[in-house]
Amino acid sequence: MAAAFSSHLPALQVVLALLAAPLCVVLRRPGAAWMIATVITWALLAIAMVLLGRVLETGTITYALGSWPAPWGIEYRIDLANAFVLVLVTLIGSVVMPYARASIPAEIEEPRIYLFYCMYLLNLAGLLGIAITGDVFNLFVFLEISSLSSYVMISLSRDRRALVAAYRYLIMGTIGATFYIIGVGMMYQVTGTLNMVDLATLIPNLTDNRTVMVALAFLCVGLSLKLALFPLHLWLPNAYAYAPSAVSAFLASTGTKVAVYALARILFTVFGGSVLIDDFGLQELLVVLAVAAMIGGSAVAIYQSNVKRLLAYSSIAQIGYMILGLSMASVIGMTAGLVHLFNHALMKGGLFMVMGCVFFRLSSVQVEDMEGLAKRMPLTMAAFVAGGFGLIGMPLTAGFISKWHLIQAALEKGWWGAVAVILVSSLLAVIYIWRVVEAAYFKPPPKGAAEISEAPLSMLVPMWVMIGMSYYFGIDATLTLDITTGAAETLLGGIQ
Amino acid sequence: MSPEQTILLSILVPFLGAALIPLTWANPNIRETITLITGAILFYLVSSIYPVVAGGAQPSVILFEMLPGLAIAFTVEPLGMIFAAIVSFLWIITTVYSIGYMRGHDEQNQTRFYVLFAIAIGAAIGIAFAGNMLTLFVFYEVLTISTFPLVTHHGTPEAKRAGRVYLGILLTTSIAFQLVAIIWTWSLVGTLDFTQGGILNGKVGGLTAAILLGLYVFGIGKAALMPFHRWLPAAMVAPTPVSALLHAVAVVKAGVFTVLKVAVYIFGVDFLFSIEASQWFLYLAAATVLIASLVAMSKDNLKARLAYSTISQLSYIILGAMLASDLGVIGGGMHIAMHAFGKITLFFCAGAYIVAAHKTEISHMHGIGRVMPLTTAAFLIGSLSIIGLPPMGGLWSKWYLALGALESGHLVIVGVLMVSSLLNVAYLLEIPFKGFFAGAEDNPEPQAHHEHDSDHDHRFDRKQPRQIKEAPLACLIAISITSAGCLILFFYPDPVYNLMRLIVAP
Repeated sequence: MAAAFSSHLPALQVVLALLAAPLCVVLRRPGAAWMIATVITWALLAIAMVLLGRVLETGTITYALGSWPAPWGIEYRIDLANAFVLVLVTLIGSVVMPYARASIPAEIEEPRIYLFYCMYLLNLAGLLGIAITGDVFNLFVFLEISSLSSYVMISLSRDRRALVAAYRYLIMGTIGATFYIIGVGMMYQVTGTLNMVDLATLIPNLTDNRTVMVALAFLCVGLSLKLALFPLHLWLPNAYAYAPSAVSAFLASTGTKVAVYALARILFTVFGGSVLIDDFGLQELLVVLAVAAMIGGSAVAIYQSNVKRLLAYSSIAQIGYMILGLSMASVIGMTAGLVHLFNHALMKGGLFMVMGCVFFRLSSVQVEDMEGLAKRMPLTMAAFVAGGFGLIGMPLTAGFISKWHLIQAALEKGWWGAVAVILVSSLLAVIYIWRVVEAAYFKPPPKGAAEISEAPLSMLVPMWVMIGMSYYFGIDATLTLDITTGAAETLLGGIQ
Repeated sequence: MSPEQTILLSILVPFLGAALIPLTWANPNIRETITLITGAILFYLVSSIYPVVAGGAQPSVILFEMLPGLAIAFTVEPLGMIFAAIVSFLWIITTVYSIGYMRGHDEQNQTRFYVLFAIAIGAAIGIAFAGNMLTLFVFYEVLTISTFPLVTHHGTPEAKRAGRVYLGILLTTSIAFQLVAIIWTWSLVGTLDFTQGGILNGKVGGLTAAILLGLYVFGIGKAALMPFHRWLPAAMVAPTPVSALLHAVAVVKAGVFTVLKVAVYIFGVDFLFSIEASQWFLYLAAATVLIASLVAMSKDNLKARLAYSTISQLSYIILGAMLASDLGVIGGGMHIAMHAFGKITLFFCAGAYIVAAHKTEISHMHGIGRVMPLTTAAFLIGSLSIIGLPPMGGLWSKWYLALGALESGHLVIVGVLMVSSLLNVAYLLEIPFKGFFAGAEDNPEPQAHHEHDSDHDHRFDRKQPRQIKEAPLACLIAISITSAGCLILFFYPDPVYNLMRLIVAP
């Protein structure tokens, strides 16, 4: 029994959340739904950890879903790269869920709360599915599950502007998904397979094939929309700004990250063996877009008066860091991109949780309303400063580790321009973090400000756990770097 | 206790103190007792490492790996020993002074002040004992961040503006230049350990070395080399004990200390000598020495004048590093110690004038020597040490700097040192001389916007009987100790000299 159970862990990783989602709808009670979501997330984290341990020990795990062997059936294929993403997604979920218990009722109408937990579980299933699958069509299915559920999660917010934001995200997201599936269809037409390993062996012989080239273009555009790469990022700022804070915290740390992983998987595993990427000028294209995102995102963030929007624009810049790392196509560059994927998830998740605490007491996340807040919510604002240091890349924070590697990778390539852009972007981060800090610490509270106290402990503790982790992995980065270096080697080495 | 444990403890102790201070729940007596005890323990620990280092050993301890292959590690070598000893000793003295000053001046948020002060000291000790450039950088940034709230302590719009300049320049230089230099060094030679003879020696070409040197020297913004010096005068809005210990000793000395470390252990003196670029920075430092002295002459605010004097004196040390000669390095290292005692005395006196007489502008200080004779006498001693006249310690560092300049054949630099001493005479001795000899008739009318002046009668008149109104006793004790230090260092510079000797001739 135990042996059977343990051999089906890859399937359970996805199915568990998928099965639990309708349960929330059946029970309808917010407390029960929360309990289910939390317990399932923690269980999934345990499974992800076991899988990561197993990959570290024995190498790639393959699992034929329904015992249909690849390439006919769907294959789950877990190597270091996606085991790492599985842990990241479930880890973020596990910290956000305890936080959501107090935060969600403040931002979603009571009768709809159970829907949030249902959608959250579906979203989780979708994200884990994208990470775990070894099949490009199956990836599309999970991409849509995760996208549709996130549209709903965003629109559940009490803020009516969330509806427009969710609708906009729906349009853009659907275009992205359509582009992706067109690309998949073209590849299927040429190769007759959907399995990534098969594709990776077939595509190198088809470098002259125009359809394959077009397919790559469609896949790239589709996934770039999902991961909000500049200039396809327009859906993101409002979606994160008006979504409930727990949703922003979860999506900002997982949704775009998983899409970044998917892009890396398609580019390097599926197309990695071919010379297409070089011929296409794809590297130059990605570098230019990444650089534009890093400067543009940070610069626009400076002018935001809604702090959640500010953080969203900062995310666009930080995604630029990741894409820059990936586009270097060197082990150290890829490591930098992947480790930043992890580190940024912790930092930005923590910062959105801070804004959730602020909203909980203040019912606003405008900079001018946060004036003098440090006296009234010292722990919350201290967390903002601590997380902000991470975005700037101060030493001892996880952001420092990412920046260190990214700069090292750029120096190795001799890309001095990229080094300059990384530095300018982190200096811009100083400015936008400073604006909030100045309001909270150096301005008196506005006249007639309500007497407010610190956010409840059930929100403060998860928030500080998240921020604390971003420091832990900044002080001792050997674990994350060992894993991401292995993951980078796996991705660059193609399918073994 | 092994030296290794002592190293770790001495870095830990200030942070422990910082954690304990808020627990006293704003009981000032217990709070300040804890600070004093922490300072005493720290000084004991640091001085117990001295015999080991003076004996030629370099105790070293690796804490843990931060990045694969790159550890947070500590090594106590002679230069770090000097820096740590100065910082830990002067911390005790400054705490005594702070008790008098902060209470006498009714400052707000005193608990926060003592906590951040302790953290800043811990960071300075971390910089002193850092075993590699990464460790040094980590503590360098901790020092920047922990001193920022001390600069903005008063929370006024002026303090906030100063804070912006402070953080802006220090963070920009460290992130944009120093960090790149460190990562570049790491990717070029695969190590960041401070190694006798330098790690870059012979591994990089002339152009790369020149760019790296530029990134390091400008990246260490705390050394206040022009044109990245603006933060230092801005930081003077802080309470005087902060200006005294942090912005005349710990922070700025951390900067020049890092420059010396980079020169000696990253580049290596011989390699640095072979790089042409070291001469550009030599002359930039020389220019900073002169320009900052000239600016200091134009400042009427005493703390601003001392700030520019500090900028000028810091460049002596950069000059010593860029001379790339053994004697130059010895002079630079000794100047860290000599200038520390001289300048902290001057800042203590400036604070005493504020607390006791509410005077900040030099033009209002005529005749102040008759009201505050002890303070003004101490100011004279500090000034003489900065100028480099016997019988003050400052003589020795200038002596070796000049010898170093001669050794490397830079006669112009010898001239710069002489001219600078004359300028020091002009802008520093003005205060004690006018304080003792000028009468109140030379004082301008108190201006309306000086609130303090209007409610106190501080027109010191030569004809009236002397009414001595000195600073609080705690301040006077601190001032006497540091000015005595200036004298003692003239007669016994050996501990400092012997340590510096070890660096150049191991």
